[in-house]
Amino acid sequence: MSQSTKLKSFFVETGAISKFTGWFFHEFLRPRFEAREFLRQCYIVGYKSLPLVGLTGFIMGLVLTMQLRPTLVNYGVEARLPDMVSLSLIREIGPVITALIFAGKIGSSIGAELGSMRVTEQIDAMEVSGTNPYKYLVVTRVWATTLMLPILTILSDTIGLYGGYLGINIRGVMSMDLYVNEVLHTVGFSDLLPATIKTFFFGFAVGLVGCYKGYNSKKGTEGVGLSANSAVVLSSILIFIIDLVVVQITDLLGFN
Amino acid sequence: MDASQNTIISAKDTDNEPVLAVRGLKKAFGANVVLNDFDLTVNKNESVVVLGRSGSGKSVLIKCIIGLLEPDAGSVSVLGQDVLSLDHEGLDHIRMRIGFLFQSNALYDSMTVRENLEFPMRRHLKHMSAADAEQRIKEVLSNVGLGHTIDMMPAELSGGMQKRIALARTLVLKPEIILYDEPTSGLDPITGREISTLMVEVEKKYHTASIIISHDMRCVKITADRIVVLIDGRAYATGTYEELKRSTDEKVKQFFE
Repeated sequence: MSQSTKLKSFFVETGAISKFTGWFFHEFLRPRFEAREFLRQCYIVGYKSLPLVGLTGFIMGLVLTMQLRPTLVNYGVEARLPDMVSLSLIREIGPVITALIFAGKIGSSIGAELGSMRVTEQIDAMEVSGTNPYKYLVVTRVWATTLMLPILTILSDTIGLYGGYLGINIRGVMSMDLYVNEVLHTVGFSDLLPATIKTFFFGFAVGLVGCYKGYNSKKGTEGVGLSANSAVVLSSILIFIIDLVVVQITDLLGFN
Repeated sequence: MDASQNTIISAKDTDNEPVLAVRGLKKAFGANVVLNDFDLTVNKNESVVVLGRSGSGKSVLIKCIIGLLEPDAGSVSVLGQDVLSLDHEGLDHIRMRIGFLFQSNALYDSMTVRENLEFPMRRHLKHMSAADAEQRIKEVLSNVGLGHTIDMMPAELSGGMQKRIALARTLVLKPEIILYDEPTSGLDPITGREISTLMVEVEKKYHTASIIISHDMRCVKITADRIVVLIDGRAYATGTYEELKRSTDEKVKQFFE
Protein backbone atom coordinates (compact mmCIF):
# COMPACT_ATOMS: atom_id res chain seq x y z
CA MET A 1 0.00 0.00 0.00
CA SER A 2 1.43 3.39 -0.99
CA GLN A 3 1.92 6.23 1.50
CA SER A 4 -0.90 8.28 -0.03
CA THR A 5 -3.32 5.33 0.19
CA LYS A 6 -2.34 4.77 3.83
CA LEU A 7 -2.87 8.44 4.59
CA LYS A 8 -6.22 8.38 2.81
CA SER A 9 -7.40 5.29 4.71
CA PHE A 10 -6.24 6.92 7.98
CA PHE A 11 -8.43 9.96 7.32
CA VAL A 12 -11.35 7.79 6.17
CA GLU A 13 -11.09 5.73 9.39
CA THR A 14 -10.83 8.89 11.52
CA GLY A 15 -13.90 10.30 9.81
CA ALA A 16 -15.83 7.07 10.32
CA ILE A 17 -14.95 6.94 14.04
CA SER A 18 -15.97 10.61 14.42
CA LYS A 19 -19.30 9.87 12.75
CA PHE A 20 -19.79 6.83 14.98
CA THR A 21 -19.06 9.02 18.04
CA GLY A 22 -21.51 11.65 16.82
CA TRP A 23 -24.12 8.92 16.43
CA PHE A 24 -23.55 7.97 20.08
CA PHE A 25 -24.26 11.52 21.28
CA HIS A 26 -27.30 11.65 19.02
CA GLU A 27 -28.72 8.43 20.43
CA PHE A 28 -27.76 8.29 24.09
CA LEU A 29 -30.28 10.78 25.45
CA ARG A 30 -33.22 9.72 23.29
CA PRO A 31 -35.68 7.07 24.48
CA ARG A 32 -36.02 4.19 24.50
CA PHE A 33 -33.50 3.56 27.31
CA GLU A 34 -32.20 0.02 27.43
CA ALA A 35 -31.83 -0.06 31.23
CA ARG A 36 -31.83 -3.85 31.51
CA GLU A 37 -29.07 -4.30 28.95
CA PHE A 38 -27.11 -1.41 30.49
CA LEU A 39 -27.20 -3.06 33.93
CA ARG A 40 -26.20 -6.40 32.39
CA GLN A 41 -23.24 -4.71 30.72
CA CYS A 42 -22.25 -2.99 33.98
CA TYR A 43 -22.20 -6.43 35.60
CA ILE A 44 -20.08 -7.93 32.80
CA VAL A 45 -17.77 -4.95 32.34
CA GLY A 46 -17.45 -4.00 36.01
CA TYR A 47 -18.03 -6.91 38.34
CA LYS A 48 -16.47 -9.57 36.13
CA SER A 49 -13.33 -7.48 35.63
CA LEU A 50 -12.78 -7.06 39.36
CA PRO A 51 -10.52 -10.08 40.01
CA LEU A 52 -8.14 -9.21 37.16
CA VAL A 53 -8.04 -5.50 37.95
CA GLY A 54 -7.65 -6.21 41.68
CA LEU A 55 -4.78 -8.65 41.13
CA THR A 56 -3.03 -6.24 38.77
CA GLY A 57 -3.46 -3.38 41.26
CA PHE A 58 -2.04 -5.45 44.09
CA ILE A 59 1.04 -6.49 42.08
CA MET A 60 1.53 -2.90 40.87
CA GLY A 61 1.60 -1.56 44.44
CA LEU A 62 3.86 -4.33 45.71
CA VAL A 63 6.38 -4.18 42.86
CA LEU A 64 6.45 -0.40 42.75
CA THR A 65 7.31 -0.27 46.45
CA MET A 66 10.03 -2.88 46.14
CA GLN A 67 11.57 -1.09 43.12
CA LEU A 68 11.47 2.36 44.73
CA ARG A 69 12.91 1.33 48.06
CA PRO A 70 16.62 0.99 47.09
CA THR A 71 16.69 4.43 45.44
CA LEU A 72 15.01 6.12 48.39
CA VAL A 73 17.32 4.30 50.81
CA ASN A 74 20.32 5.65 48.85
CA TYR A 75 19.05 9.19 49.37
CA GLY A 76 18.15 8.50 52.98
CA VAL A 77 14.46 9.21 52.48
CA GLU A 78 13.04 5.74 52.99
CA ALA A 79 10.35 7.25 55.19
CA ARG A 80 8.92 8.95 52.10
CA LEU A 81 8.12 5.58 50.51
CA PRO A 82 4.34 5.71 51.25
CA ASP A 83 4.18 9.21 49.72
CA MET A 84 5.98 8.15 46.53
CA VAL A 85 3.95 4.97 46.12
CA SER A 86 0.58 6.61 46.75
CA LEU A 87 1.24 9.57 44.46
CA SER A 88 2.58 7.40 41.63
CA LEU A 89 -0.29 4.96 41.93
CA ILE A 90 -3.13 7.42 42.20
CA ARG A 91 -1.96 10.06 39.75
CA GLU A 92 -0.60 7.94 36.91
CA ILE A 93 0.19 4.25 37.22
CA GLY A 94 -3.14 3.12 38.65
CA PRO A 95 -5.40 4.82 36.06
CA VAL A 96 -3.21 4.03 33.04
CA ILE A 97 -2.38 0.39 33.88
CA THR A 98 -5.98 -0.33 34.89
CA ALA A 99 -7.21 1.25 31.64
CA LEU A 100 -4.75 -0.82 29.59
CA ILE A 101 -5.80 -4.03 31.35
CA PHE A 102 -9.41 -2.99 30.83
CA ALA A 103 -8.78 -2.36 27.12
CA GLY A 104 -7.21 -5.82 26.79
CA LYS A 105 -10.07 -7.59 28.54
CA ILE A 106 -13.18 -5.55 27.74
CA GLY A 107 -12.20 -3.77 24.50
CA SER A 108 -11.29 -7.05 22.82
CA SER A 109 -14.36 -8.83 24.14
CA ILE A 110 -16.71 -6.08 22.90
CA GLY A 111 -14.94 -6.04 19.52
CA ALA A 112 -15.20 -9.81 19.16
CA GLU A 113 -18.78 -10.03 20.43
CA LEU A 114 -20.17 -7.32 18.16
CA GLY A 115 -18.01 -8.54 15.26
CA SER A 116 -19.42 -12.02 15.66
CA MET A 117 -22.96 -10.61 15.88
CA ARG A 118 -22.37 -8.65 12.67
CA VAL A 119 -21.01 -11.67 10.81
CA THR A 120 -23.83 -13.98 11.93
CA GLU A 121 -26.48 -11.37 11.03
CA GLN A 122 -27.62 -10.98 14.66
CA ILE A 123 -27.38 -7.18 14.34
CA ASP A 124 -29.60 -7.30 11.23
CA ALA A 125 -32.01 -9.60 13.09
CA MET A 126 -32.21 -7.04 15.88
CA GLU A 127 -33.00 -4.32 13.39
CA VAL A 128 -35.78 -6.25 11.66
CA SER A 129 -37.30 -7.11 15.03
CA GLY A 130 -37.80 -3.39 15.66
CA THR A 131 -34.84 -2.80 17.98
CA ASN A 132 -32.34 -0.05 17.32
CA PRO A 133 -29.13 -2.14 17.45
CA TYR A 134 -26.93 0.92 17.94
CA LYS A 135 -28.87 1.94 21.02
CA TYR A 136 -29.14 -1.59 22.38
CA LEU A 137 -25.58 -2.72 21.71
CA VAL A 138 -23.39 0.36 21.45
CA VAL A 139 -24.92 2.99 23.74
CA THR A 140 -25.31 0.54 26.64
CA ARG A 141 -21.75 -0.77 26.32
CA VAL A 142 -20.13 2.65 26.00
CA TRP A 143 -22.05 3.92 29.04
CA ALA A 144 -21.07 0.83 31.00
CA THR A 145 -17.35 1.15 30.20
CA THR A 146 -17.40 4.91 30.86
CA LEU A 147 -18.94 4.49 34.30
CA MET A 148 -17.27 1.26 35.38
CA LEU A 149 -13.63 2.09 34.64
CA PRO A 150 -13.42 4.93 37.20
CA ILE A 151 -14.87 2.61 39.86
CA LEU A 152 -12.47 -0.16 38.90
CA THR A 153 -9.56 2.29 38.99
CA ILE A 154 -10.45 3.48 42.50
CA LEU A 155 -10.65 -0.15 43.65
CA SER A 156 -7.41 -0.99 41.89
CA ASP A 157 -5.67 2.02 43.51
CA THR A 158 -6.93 0.98 46.93
CA ILE A 159 -5.74 -2.60 46.50
CA GLY A 160 -2.46 -1.24 45.04
CA LEU A 161 -1.94 0.87 48.16
CA TYR A 162 -2.46 -2.21 50.29
CA GLY A 163 0.13 -3.99 48.11
CA GLY A 164 2.43 -1.04 48.79
CA TYR A 165 1.91 -1.44 52.53
CA LEU A 166 2.86 -5.12 52.32
CA GLY A 167 5.87 -4.19 50.14
CA ILE A 168 7.16 -1.80 52.79
CA ASN A 169 6.77 -4.44 55.48
CA ILE A 170 8.72 -7.06 53.53
CA ARG A 171 12.00 -5.27 54.23
CA GLY A 172 11.00 -2.95 57.05
CA VAL A 173 8.32 -2.28 59.60
CA MET A 174 5.51 0.23 59.37
CA SER A 175 2.14 0.09 61.07
CA MET A 176 -1.05 0.30 59.02
CA ASP A 177 -2.11 3.43 60.94
CA LEU A 178 1.11 5.23 60.11
CA TYR A 179 0.98 4.12 56.46
CA VAL A 180 -2.61 5.29 56.02
CA ASN A 181 -1.80 8.54 57.78
CA GLU A 182 1.15 9.14 55.44
CA VAL A 183 -0.92 8.37 52.35
CA LEU A 184 -3.82 10.61 53.38
CA HIS A 185 -1.39 13.38 54.25
CA THR A 186 0.24 13.19 50.82
CA VAL A 187 -2.66 12.54 48.48
CA GLY A 188 -5.02 15.46 48.08
CA PHE A 189 -8.13 16.34 46.16
CA SER A 190 -6.00 17.87 43.40
CA ASP A 191 -4.34 14.48 42.86
CA LEU A 192 -7.50 12.41 42.96
CA LEU A 193 -9.80 14.57 40.84
CA PRO A 194 -7.83 14.81 37.56
CA ALA A 195 -6.83 11.15 37.84
CA THR A 196 -10.44 10.09 38.25
CA ILE A 197 -11.75 12.39 35.52
CA LYS A 198 -9.36 10.98 32.96
CA THR A 199 -10.56 7.44 33.65
CA PHE A 200 -14.03 8.43 32.40
CA PHE A 201 -12.40 9.38 29.09
CA PHE A 202 -10.34 6.17 29.08
CA GLY A 203 -13.52 4.12 29.65
CA PHE A 204 -15.36 6.01 26.92
CA ALA A 205 -12.51 5.43 24.46
CA VAL A 206 -12.28 1.69 25.24
CA GLY A 207 -16.04 1.18 24.88
CA LEU A 208 -16.43 3.29 21.78
CA VAL A 209 -13.45 1.82 19.92
CA GLY A 210 -14.48 -1.76 20.82
CA CYS A 211 -18.01 -1.10 19.60
CA TYR A 212 -16.85 0.69 16.44
CA LYS A 213 -14.49 -2.10 15.45
CA GLY A 214 -17.03 -4.84 16.18
CA TYR A 215 -20.03 -3.05 14.68
CA ASN A 216 -18.15 -2.44 11.43
CA SER A 217 -16.53 -5.85 11.31
CA LYS A 218 -16.02 -7.28 7.85
CA LYS A 219 -17.42 -10.64 6.87
CA GLY A 220 -15.85 -13.82 8.12
CA THR A 221 -14.09 -15.13 11.20
CA GLU A 222 -10.88 -13.34 10.22
CA GLY A 223 -12.80 -10.08 10.44
CA VAL A 224 -13.92 -10.89 13.98
CA GLY A 225 -10.33 -11.58 15.09
CA LEU A 226 -9.14 -8.39 13.44
CA SER A 227 -11.90 -6.39 15.14
CA ALA A 228 -10.89 -7.67 18.57
CA ASN A 229 -7.21 -7.10 17.93
CA SER A 230 -7.50 -3.63 16.44
CA ALA A 231 -9.91 -2.60 19.22
CA VAL A 232 -7.19 -3.30 21.80
CA VAL A 233 -4.42 -1.63 19.80
CA LEU A 234 -6.38 1.52 18.98
CA SER A 235 -7.89 1.95 22.43
CA SER A 236 -4.44 1.47 24.06
CA ILE A 237 -2.99 4.20 21.84
CA LEU A 238 -5.95 6.45 22.63
CA ILE A 239 -5.44 5.89 26.36
CA PHE A 240 -1.89 7.30 26.10
CA ILE A 241 -3.02 10.20 23.90
CA ILE A 242 -5.87 11.08 26.29
CA ASP A 243 -3.44 10.80 29.22
CA LEU A 244 -1.05 13.20 27.52
CA VAL A 245 -3.82 15.71 26.79
CA VAL A 246 -5.36 15.48 30.27
CA VAL A 247 -1.97 15.99 31.96
CA GLN A 248 -1.42 19.15 29.88
CA ILE A 249 -4.88 20.45 30.73
CA THR A 250 -4.63 19.70 34.45
CA ASP A 251 -1.18 21.35 34.46
CA LEU A 252 -2.71 24.46 32.94
CA LEU A 253 -5.52 24.37 35.48
CA GLY A 254 -2.99 24.20 38.28
CA PHE A 255 -3.69 20.68 39.56
CA ASN A 256 -0.07 20.12 40.53
CA MET B 1 -32.77 -13.64 -24.52
CA ASP B 2 -35.06 -10.88 -23.35
CA ALA B 3 -37.23 -11.63 -20.33
CA SER B 4 -40.35 -10.79 -22.30
CA GLN B 5 -39.55 -13.58 -24.74
CA ASN B 6 -39.67 -16.19 -22.02
CA THR B 7 -42.52 -18.47 -21.28
CA ILE B 8 -44.38 -16.45 -18.69
CA ILE B 9 -46.72 -19.03 -17.41
CA SER B 10 -49.76 -18.46 -15.27
CA ALA B 11 -49.15 -19.11 -11.62
CA LYS B 12 -51.39 -20.94 -9.25
CA ASP B 13 -54.03 -18.52 -8.06
CA THR B 14 -54.15 -17.90 -4.39
CA ASP B 15 -56.28 -15.04 -3.05
CA ASN B 16 -55.22 -12.64 -5.82
CA GLU B 17 -54.96 -9.92 -3.24
CA PRO B 18 -51.45 -8.46 -3.47
CA VAL B 19 -49.73 -8.06 -0.11
CA LEU B 20 -46.34 -7.20 -1.52
CA ALA B 21 -45.35 -5.46 -4.76
CA VAL B 22 -41.87 -4.63 -5.98
CA ARG B 23 -41.62 -2.40 -9.04
CA GLY B 24 -38.56 -1.48 -11.08
CA LEU B 25 -36.13 -2.28 -8.27
CA LYS B 26 -32.51 -1.39 -8.97
CA LYS B 27 -29.52 -2.00 -6.74
CA ALA B 28 -25.84 -1.86 -7.59
CA PHE B 29 -22.71 -2.22 -5.48
CA GLY B 30 -20.21 -0.04 -7.30
CA ALA B 31 -20.07 -1.25 -10.88
CA ASN B 32 -21.77 -4.54 -9.99
CA VAL B 33 -25.46 -4.19 -10.89
CA VAL B 34 -27.30 -6.80 -8.82
CA LEU B 35 -30.95 -5.91 -9.39
CA ASN B 36 -31.96 -4.22 -12.60
CA ASP B 37 -35.61 -3.25 -13.00
CA PHE B 38 -36.87 -6.18 -10.95
CA ASP B 39 -40.65 -6.64 -10.57
CA LEU B 40 -42.46 -8.99 -8.20
CA THR B 41 -45.96 -9.33 -6.79
CA VAL B 42 -46.93 -11.65 -3.96
CA ASN B 43 -50.57 -12.36 -3.19
CA LYS B 44 -52.16 -13.16 0.14
CA ASN B 45 -51.40 -16.73 1.29
CA GLU B 46 -49.08 -17.20 -1.67
CA SER B 47 -45.62 -18.69 -1.41
CA VAL B 48 -43.23 -17.35 -4.03
CA VAL B 49 -39.75 -18.77 -4.48
CA VAL B 50 -37.10 -16.52 -5.98
CA LEU B 51 -34.70 -18.87 -7.70
CA GLY B 52 -31.28 -17.78 -8.83
CA ARG B 53 -27.60 -18.58 -8.81
CA SER B 54 -25.35 -17.62 -5.90
CA GLY B 55 -24.56 -13.92 -6.01
CA SER B 56 -27.47 -13.15 -8.33
CA GLY B 57 -29.04 -10.70 -5.87
CA LYS B 58 -31.71 -12.85 -4.20
CA SER B 59 -30.75 -11.93 -0.65
CA VAL B 60 -30.29 -8.30 -1.68
CA LEU B 61 -33.89 -8.33 -2.91
CA ILE B 62 -35.41 -9.36 0.42
CA LYS B 63 -33.07 -7.05 2.35
CA CYS B 64 -34.40 -4.19 0.21
CA ILE B 65 -37.96 -5.31 0.97
CA ILE B 66 -37.41 -5.31 4.74
CA GLY B 67 -35.46 -2.04 4.66
CA LEU B 68 -32.02 -3.41 5.60
CA LEU B 69 -30.68 -2.14 2.26
CA GLU B 70 -31.75 0.94 0.37
CA PRO B 71 -32.36 0.36 -3.33
CA ASP B 72 -31.02 2.80 -5.91
CA ALA B 73 -34.40 3.05 -7.66
CA GLY B 74 -37.83 1.47 -7.72
CA SER B 75 -40.63 1.00 -5.23
CA VAL B 76 -41.48 -1.56 -2.56
CA SER B 77 -45.04 -1.75 -1.31
CA VAL B 78 -45.79 -4.04 1.63
CA LEU B 79 -49.33 -4.44 2.97
CA GLY B 80 -50.31 -1.24 1.20
CA GLN B 81 -47.44 0.88 2.52
CA ASP B 82 -44.52 2.28 0.57
CA VAL B 83 -41.59 0.89 2.57
CA LEU B 84 -39.02 3.28 1.08
CA SER B 85 -40.87 6.40 2.24
CA LEU B 86 -41.40 5.21 5.82
CA ASP B 87 -39.59 6.85 8.75
CA HIS B 88 -37.91 4.73 11.41
CA GLU B 89 -41.09 4.34 13.45
CA GLY B 90 -43.16 3.42 10.41
CA LEU B 91 -40.54 0.92 9.34
CA ASP B 92 -40.57 -0.69 12.80
CA HIS B 93 -44.34 -0.95 12.62
CA ILE B 94 -44.35 -2.62 9.21
CA ARG B 95 -41.51 -4.94 10.25
CA MET B 96 -43.76 -6.24 13.01
CA ARG B 97 -45.99 -7.63 10.26
CA ILE B 98 -43.11 -9.16 8.30
CA GLY B 99 -41.08 -12.10 9.55
CA PHE B 100 -37.52 -12.64 8.37
CA LEU B 101 -35.70 -15.94 8.60
CA PHE B 102 -31.98 -15.38 8.15
CA GLN B 103 -29.71 -17.77 6.32
CA SER B 104 -27.47 -18.04 9.37
CA ASN B 105 -30.52 -18.21 11.71
CA ALA B 106 -29.16 -15.14 13.54
CA LEU B 107 -30.22 -16.44 16.96
CA TYR B 108 -28.84 -14.26 19.77
CA ASP B 109 -26.22 -16.61 21.15
CA SER B 110 -26.00 -14.92 24.55
CA MET B 111 -29.72 -15.57 25.18
CA THR B 112 -31.72 -18.72 25.84
CA VAL B 113 -34.38 -19.89 23.40
CA ARG B 114 -37.04 -18.30 25.61
CA GLU B 115 -35.19 -14.94 25.63
CA ASN B 116 -34.69 -15.13 21.86
CA LEU B 117 -38.44 -15.45 21.41
CA GLU B 118 -39.23 -12.84 24.06
CA PHE B 119 -36.94 -10.27 22.45
CA PRO B 120 -39.23 -9.15 19.57
CA MET B 121 -42.29 -9.44 21.84
CA ARG B 122 -40.78 -7.06 24.40
CA ARG B 123 -40.48 -4.48 21.61
CA HIS B 124 -43.80 -4.88 19.88
CA LEU B 125 -46.22 -6.43 22.36
CA LYS B 126 -45.43 -4.30 25.38
CA HIS B 127 -48.90 -4.57 26.84
CA MET B 128 -49.06 -8.35 26.67
CA SER B 129 -49.10 -9.94 30.12
CA ALA B 130 -46.25 -12.23 31.17
CA ALA B 131 -48.61 -15.22 31.24
CA ASP B 132 -49.88 -14.52 27.72
CA ALA B 133 -46.33 -14.03 26.45
CA GLU B 134 -45.28 -17.35 27.99
CA GLN B 135 -48.31 -19.02 26.42
CA ARG B 136 -47.43 -17.53 22.98
CA ILE B 137 -43.81 -18.72 23.26
CA LYS B 138 -44.86 -22.23 24.22
CA GLU B 139 -47.39 -22.30 21.39
CA VAL B 140 -44.90 -21.38 18.64
CA LEU B 141 -42.25 -23.69 20.05
CA SER B 142 -44.79 -26.49 20.04
CA ASN B 143 -45.68 -25.65 16.43
CA VAL B 144 -42.07 -26.16 15.39
CA GLY B 145 -41.84 -29.29 17.55
CA LEU B 146 -39.24 -27.98 20.00
CA GLY B 147 -41.15 -27.20 23.19
CA HIS B 148 -38.49 -28.93 25.31
CA THR B 149 -35.70 -26.56 24.22
CA ILE B 150 -37.19 -23.46 25.86
CA ASP B 151 -34.40 -23.00 28.43
CA MET B 152 -31.53 -24.15 26.22
CA MET B 153 -28.88 -21.95 24.64
CA PRO B 154 -28.65 -21.81 20.81
CA ALA B 155 -25.17 -23.36 20.93
CA GLU B 156 -26.67 -26.50 22.48
CA LEU B 157 -28.93 -27.06 19.46
CA SER B 158 -28.23 -28.74 16.12
CA GLY B 159 -28.38 -26.77 12.85
CA GLY B 160 -31.87 -28.04 12.06
CA MET B 161 -33.11 -27.23 15.56
CA GLN B 162 -31.63 -23.74 15.34
CA LYS B 163 -33.46 -23.23 12.06
CA ARG B 164 -36.74 -24.29 13.70
CA ILE B 165 -36.14 -21.93 16.65
CA ALA B 166 -35.36 -19.11 14.20
CA LEU B 167 -38.67 -19.90 12.48
CA ALA B 168 -40.43 -19.89 15.86
CA ARG B 169 -38.93 -16.46 16.61
CA THR B 170 -40.23 -15.27 13.25
CA LEU B 171 -43.71 -16.59 14.05
CA VAL B 172 -43.96 -15.20 17.55
CA LEU B 173 -45.35 -11.88 16.31
CA LYS B 174 -47.78 -13.68 13.95
CA PRO B 175 -46.53 -11.99 10.79
CA GLU B 176 -48.57 -11.68 7.63
CA ILE B 177 -45.56 -12.15 5.33
CA ILE B 178 -42.44 -14.21 5.95
CA LEU B 179 -39.20 -13.69 4.04
CA TYR B 180 -36.96 -16.76 4.05
CA ASP B 181 -33.29 -16.36 3.11
CA GLU B 182 -31.94 -19.75 2.00
CA PRO B 183 -33.91 -21.67 4.67
CA THR B 184 -32.31 -25.05 3.95
CA SER B 185 -28.74 -23.96 3.35
CA GLY B 186 -26.20 -25.91 5.39
CA LEU B 187 -28.70 -28.62 6.30
CA ASP B 188 -28.61 -32.28 5.29
CA PRO B 189 -31.27 -33.36 2.73
CA ILE B 190 -33.53 -34.99 5.33
CA THR B 191 -33.50 -32.01 7.70
CA GLY B 192 -33.86 -29.70 4.70
CA ARG B 193 -37.02 -31.55 3.66
CA GLU B 194 -38.36 -31.40 7.23
CA ILE B 195 -37.80 -27.64 7.35
CA SER B 196 -39.45 -27.20 3.93
CA THR B 197 -42.49 -29.21 5.06
CA LEU B 198 -42.63 -27.22 8.28
CA MET B 199 -42.64 -23.98 6.28
CA VAL B 200 -45.67 -25.18 4.29
CA GLU B 201 -47.47 -26.22 7.50
CA VAL B 202 -46.70 -22.87 9.11
CA GLU B 203 -47.98 -21.00 6.06
CA LYS B 204 -51.28 -22.87 6.25
CA LYS B 205 -51.63 -22.49 9.99
CA TYR B 206 -50.72 -18.79 10.23
CA HIS B 207 -52.17 -17.80 6.81
CA THR B 208 -48.97 -16.09 5.76
CA ALA B 209 -47.65 -15.14 2.38
CA SER B 210 -43.97 -15.78 1.83
CA ILE B 211 -40.96 -15.09 -0.33
CA ILE B 212 -38.43 -17.88 -0.23
CA ILE B 213 -34.93 -17.29 -1.50
CA SER B 214 -33.41 -20.59 -2.48
CA HIS B 215 -31.50 -22.64 -4.99
CA ASP B 216 -32.24 -25.90 -3.22
CA MET B 217 -34.64 -27.54 -5.72
CA ARG B 218 -36.02 -30.00 -3.12
CA CYS B 219 -37.08 -27.06 -0.97
CA VAL B 220 -38.38 -25.19 -4.03
CA LYS B 221 -40.53 -28.14 -5.09
CA ILE B 222 -42.12 -28.53 -1.66
CA THR B 223 -42.71 -24.88 -0.84
CA ALA B 224 -43.37 -22.98 -4.06
CA ASP B 225 -46.80 -21.92 -5.27
CA ARG B 226 -44.97 -19.90 -7.86
CA ILE B 227 -41.32 -19.52 -8.85
CA VAL B 228 -39.60 -16.39 -10.12
CA VAL B 229 -36.27 -17.02 -11.79
CA LEU B 230 -33.86 -14.17 -11.15
CA ILE B 231 -31.26 -13.81 -13.90
CA ASP B 232 -29.22 -10.70 -14.73
CA GLY B 233 -31.06 -8.73 -12.06
CA ARG B 234 -34.50 -9.27 -13.63
CA ALA B 235 -37.48 -11.59 -13.19
CA TYR B 236 -36.44 -13.72 -16.15
CA ALA B 237 -39.23 -16.29 -15.98
CA THR B 238 -42.10 -17.16 -13.71
CA GLY B 239 -44.41 -20.12 -13.27
CA THR B 240 -45.15 -23.14 -11.11
CA TYR B 241 -42.48 -25.78 -10.47
CA GLU B 242 -43.92 -28.17 -13.04
CA GLU B 243 -44.39 -25.45 -15.63
CA LEU B 244 -40.83 -24.17 -15.35
CA LYS B 245 -39.49 -27.72 -15.32
CA ARG B 246 -40.96 -28.15 -18.79
CA SER B 247 -39.42 -24.89 -20.03
CA THR B 248 -37.23 -25.14 -23.10
CA ASP B 249 -35.24 -22.05 -22.18
CA GLU B 250 -31.63 -23.09 -21.51
CA LYS B 251 -31.16 -20.62 -18.65
CA VAL B 252 -34.26 -21.90 -16.88
CA LYS B 253 -33.60 -25.56 -17.65
CA GLN B 254 -30.24 -25.56 -15.92
CA PHE B 255 -31.93 -25.13 -12.52
CA PHE B 256 -33.99 -28.27 -13.01
CA GLU B 257 -31.28 -30.57 -14.35
